Amino acid sequence: MSDLTDLYQEVILDHNRRPHNFRVIEGATKQEGYNPLCGDRLTLYVAMAGGVITDVAFQGSGCAISKASASLMTDALKGKTADEARALFDQFHAMITSDHAGPTADLGKLSVLAGVREFPTRIKCASLAWHTMKAAVAHHSDAPVSTE
Amino acid sequence: MRPFNVDQVRADFPILTERVHGKPLVYLDSANTSQKPESVLTAMDDYYRHANANIHRATHLLSERATALYEGGRAKAAAFLNASDTRTIVFTKGTTDGINLVAQSYGRSTLKAGDEILLTWLEHHSNIVPWQMVAEQTGAVIKVVPINEAGELDLDQYAALLSSRTRIVAIGHVSNALGTINPIKSMIAQAHAAGAVVLVDGAQATPHLVVDVHDLDCDFYVLSSHKMYGPTGTGVLYGRASLLEAMPPYQGGGDMIASVTFEQTLYNQVPYKFEAGTPNMAGVVGLGAAIDYLAGIDREAALAHEDAVLEYATAQVRQIPGSRIVGEARHKTGVLSFVLDGVHPHDAGTILDQQGVAVRTGQHCAQPVMDRFCIPATIRASLGIYNRREDIDALVCGLHKVRELFV
Repeated sequence: MSDLTDLYQEVILDHNRRPHNFRVIEGATKQEGYNPLCGDRLTLYVAMAGGVITDVAFQGSGCAISKASASLMTDALKGKTADEARALFDQFHAMITSDHAGPTADLGKLSVLAGVREFPTRIKCASLAWHTMKAAVAHHSDAPVSTE
Repeated sequence: MRPFNVDQVRADFPILTERVHGKPLVYLDSANTSQKPESVLTAMDDYYRHANANIHRATHLLSERATALYEGGRAKAAAFLNASDTRTIVFTKGTTDGINLVAQSYGRSTLKAGDEILLTWLEHHSNIVPWQMVAEQTGAVIKVVPINEAGELDLDQYAALLSSRTRIVAIGHVSNALGTINPIKSMIAQAHAAGAVVLVDGAQATPHLVVDVHDLDCDFYVLSSHKMYGPTGTGVLYGRASLLEAMPPYQGGGDMIASVTFEQTLYNQVPYKFEAGTPNMAGVVGLGAAIDYLAGIDREAALAHEDAVLEYATAQVRQIPGSRIVGEARHKTGVLSFVLDGVHPHDAGTILDQQGVAVRTGQHCAQPVMDRFCIPATIRASLGIYNRREDIDALVCGLHKVRELFV
């Protein structure tokens, strides 16, 4: 049986209560993300200069998992190139969806979200911000990204 | 008929002895789908073991048995709704299918540009989207009856919105998101006075209330077997015979025809005209068994029991600090929707699940209701005839765990 404290680690609860980079960046690339299953909605702002993410922030409402994931993601993305951001997406996605427990890649602070893989119904919550980021970095259209 | 006894009822539902995450299952998600009594499971198993063959199509004994069981299901469904004529009972895949049938057959063939379809803010997406689709196809316009803070329809607005332009009124009997029981009998009379036909979405009503389509005088009534202790993939559309006869078929195929040539096809009579293809025969047998099951218990006492559990649940949840009940209509059944300050419903759902408590969290396919109350989602505990106070105690205990983690 998976333990709740694996999912709701103190770090996650902290990021839920006081999310980092929870703000608007004027003039930045703006991307909407939406999870119709639970109604989670977020707007991600990504500012890039010379191919590097200079600032990233988000706004919106969602469950603790989606908020903490967005908060931790914004911390991790600053200073990354678009390619590095995409690579991080892949690593993060592998971490939360891999069948076998244990570390995949060393993702630093992001690894507190590894417990999500034991809760299949919550994977979409954790990945919402990341899918939104991928679309923002790719300069996709303004159509909202959905994890459905 | 046996007197209502919740422990006896519980013993009829094998899944209730299941353990989840090492805890006894506390199932509070019956508005999503209900559990099934042994008699339904047995009837479907027996059907496949002893009667399975295609209906209306063969001369052999098994086909006779299958046809008798399937048409027997129709008679049971007619009796269940107090419809006097089995021709008015069309089997569907479920409520969604029934509404789409009416929208695409009755709606598409009768609506003209500028005609109005009247819905309410309480509707499930399945009683919104099919009407939007037919409105798009015909140029008809959708109007919506608002609701008040308690989650009740604004009946003055309803009266004001009804006009000679209103062609179809589509209303839920009971709201899936809030549990509100709508005063549909008087609403139907008002709609008829305005010259509109009325479809009632009965998905959430039939598990709890005794429904009498004759007394209601509705034109269409749709239900889902799986919400009322029967199997999934089966539903009923009751339609007034004169309307069904005038309506074009919804889908073409086998069994819905009288004669087919490449030059001309003659359609079968109602209800077969609307049952193209091999239907869900085992599903209809299961639905029939579910109807028999309900007929075998004192439904008035069952409803009184459910109402008492709902009242208890409402009082218990209200006592939890930071809780807010969403939907406090005077007439409610089966549903307790609420939010907890500082906790997203989805997180609460996961933590409750770990305690063995199954609830639904989210928008409940009723996004307009959530928008009306400016909330992204609720926690919804919904009741079946097998729930009891102990289930509510487990829910409340789980909610305290949720608060420990989050508040």
